[in-house]
Amino acid sequence: MTLFGYRLPAMSSLILWAAVWEIVGLSGWTFFIPPLSEVITTLFSVIGTPAFTKALSQTAYAFGAGVFFAVVIGIPVGILMGKSRIIDELLLPWVNIFLSAPLTALVPVLMVLFGFGMKSIIITTTLFAIWIIILNSRAGVKQINRSLVEMARSFGASPLDAFFKVYFWAALPEILGGVRIGVIRAVKGVIIGQLLISIVGFGALFELYSNNFLMAHFWAVLIVLFALAFSLSEFLGYLERRISYYAASR
Amino acid sequence: MSQTSDAFGKADPIDIDSAVSVRGVSKNYGEVEALRDLSLEFPRGQLTSLLGPSGCGKTTLLKIIAGLIPATAGEIEIDGRKVTGPGPDRAFVFQDFALLPWANVLRNVSFGLELRGVGKSEREAVAEKYIGNVGLSGFEKAYPHELSGGMRQRVGLARALSVDAQVLLLDEPFSAVDEQNRRKFQEDLLALVRNENKTFIFVTHSIEEAVYISDQIAILLPRPSRVSEIIRPTSFRGTKADNIRRSPEYLDIVDQIWASLRNYVE
Repeated sequence: MTLFGYRLPAMSSLILWAAVWEIVGLSGWTFFIPPLSEVITTLFSVIGTPAFTKALSQTAYAFGAGVFFAVVIGIPVGILMGKSRIIDELLLPWVNIFLSAPLTALVPVLMVLFGFGMKSIIITTTLFAIWIIILNSRAGVKQINRSLVEMARSFGASPLDAFFKVYFWAALPEILGGVRIGVIRAVKGVIIGQLLISIVGFGALFELYSNNFLMAHFWAVLIVLFALAFSLSEFLGYLERRISYYAASR
Repeated sequence: MSQTSDAFGKADPIDIDSAVSVRGVSKNYGEVEALRDLSLEFPRGQLTSLLGPSGCGKTTLLKIIAGLIPATAGEIEIDGRKVTGPGPDRAFVFQDFALLPWANVLRNVSFGLELRGVGKSEREAVAEKYIGNVGLSGFEKAYPHELSGGMRQRVGLARALSVDAQVLLLDEPFSAVDEQNRRKFQEDLLALVRNENKTFIFVTHSIEEAVYISDQIAILLPRPSRVSEIIRPTSFRGTKADNIRRSPEYLDIVDQIWASLRNYVE
């Protein structure tokens, strides 16, 4: 974008919004919004503390495990649904229901089934991420060029070879798109899990700070979380663009 | 039409050494009869075209020979062995090339060997050789989207050649290639048929192309498909590629085929 003939760098609107935040914070209008500068200094002082690193590692562990299971289960299930009519008929209604269902309401059920520990948090994270990954993998496989499938068959590909050397790669652009959206949903899942199931990780920090009206701390942790989620999504978007050269020419 | 047959010699089933035999093949899609009781012999080491109006089932027949779709009735034999599915004795060249867009030329050409479990260095050596044979040396590291249509089909052809199958099945391989590249391709294919000693089965809808490259042309007529005529050009097959299109026999056959096909063109 250009303004008065000057080219503005990307995301320069963020500077404007940061200024608005700072002014609102300095005016003392509400305790809920401290000045941004105060939030930033708090952020740097908080980052080194044991409480923060513990929260980060707990959250990262639950998040990583949750996303891992969502990807490792979701992609093969999606590909199988795209290739087999029977599996598709069996699973598609459930996938669609869970994709749009308010999963937060299921969390108490998970607590009853799997207890109040890390296991339930990981399952919650997986449940938030997996459905869109399944649906996108399925869509990716469904649009594979028919002659690529025939090519694999005519050159004698075993089902396993066809799966790993043709179907997976041919569906990869859609799969990565699904993983990117799934990861964003998993961030929601892990925080909701940590708030509802057991108060650990970032969820515990949010509880602690908001209950004690430490708003600068609250915002600092929130900014860290937003930044992490945003960079993750940008990284996956970058991977998607890396392979887009062949997405159009399949 | 009987004159044509006399002049150009009709295929005599007794004295041909057939690489591929199609016997009484029928194919139904539900109520629709695509092929009915079709029989055809494909002489070894020669190129046979399947020519006919669109919807005459020539691609269906080719895919049945490839083992990609099952016949409803009848059987295909290759060197006396019945076809039950795809096999290493046949290689397919696709109309839309069917290359792996995420793999470079070298991997694409060696992909058939890769699926057969041939080691990396060995299969890449074979692939290098055929990349050279189809005139793509220097493009080993290029990706399909960086190549023109003609070059992509050369990759598809090199892939089919490198698995060293006895029978090559080509499904309208030049229809997505521009006119000048197509002509070059046709000349190269003539040399290939002469040098490779393989049996080529070539589906096309272009009369000129079929007459130019074929040792034997099978004319298929639609609804349901059957072989209406088999033509074997004789006089110009041995001559230089440049002279074929000027040969009187070439022009006569093109006219004859058009005369028999024109009624079937909508």
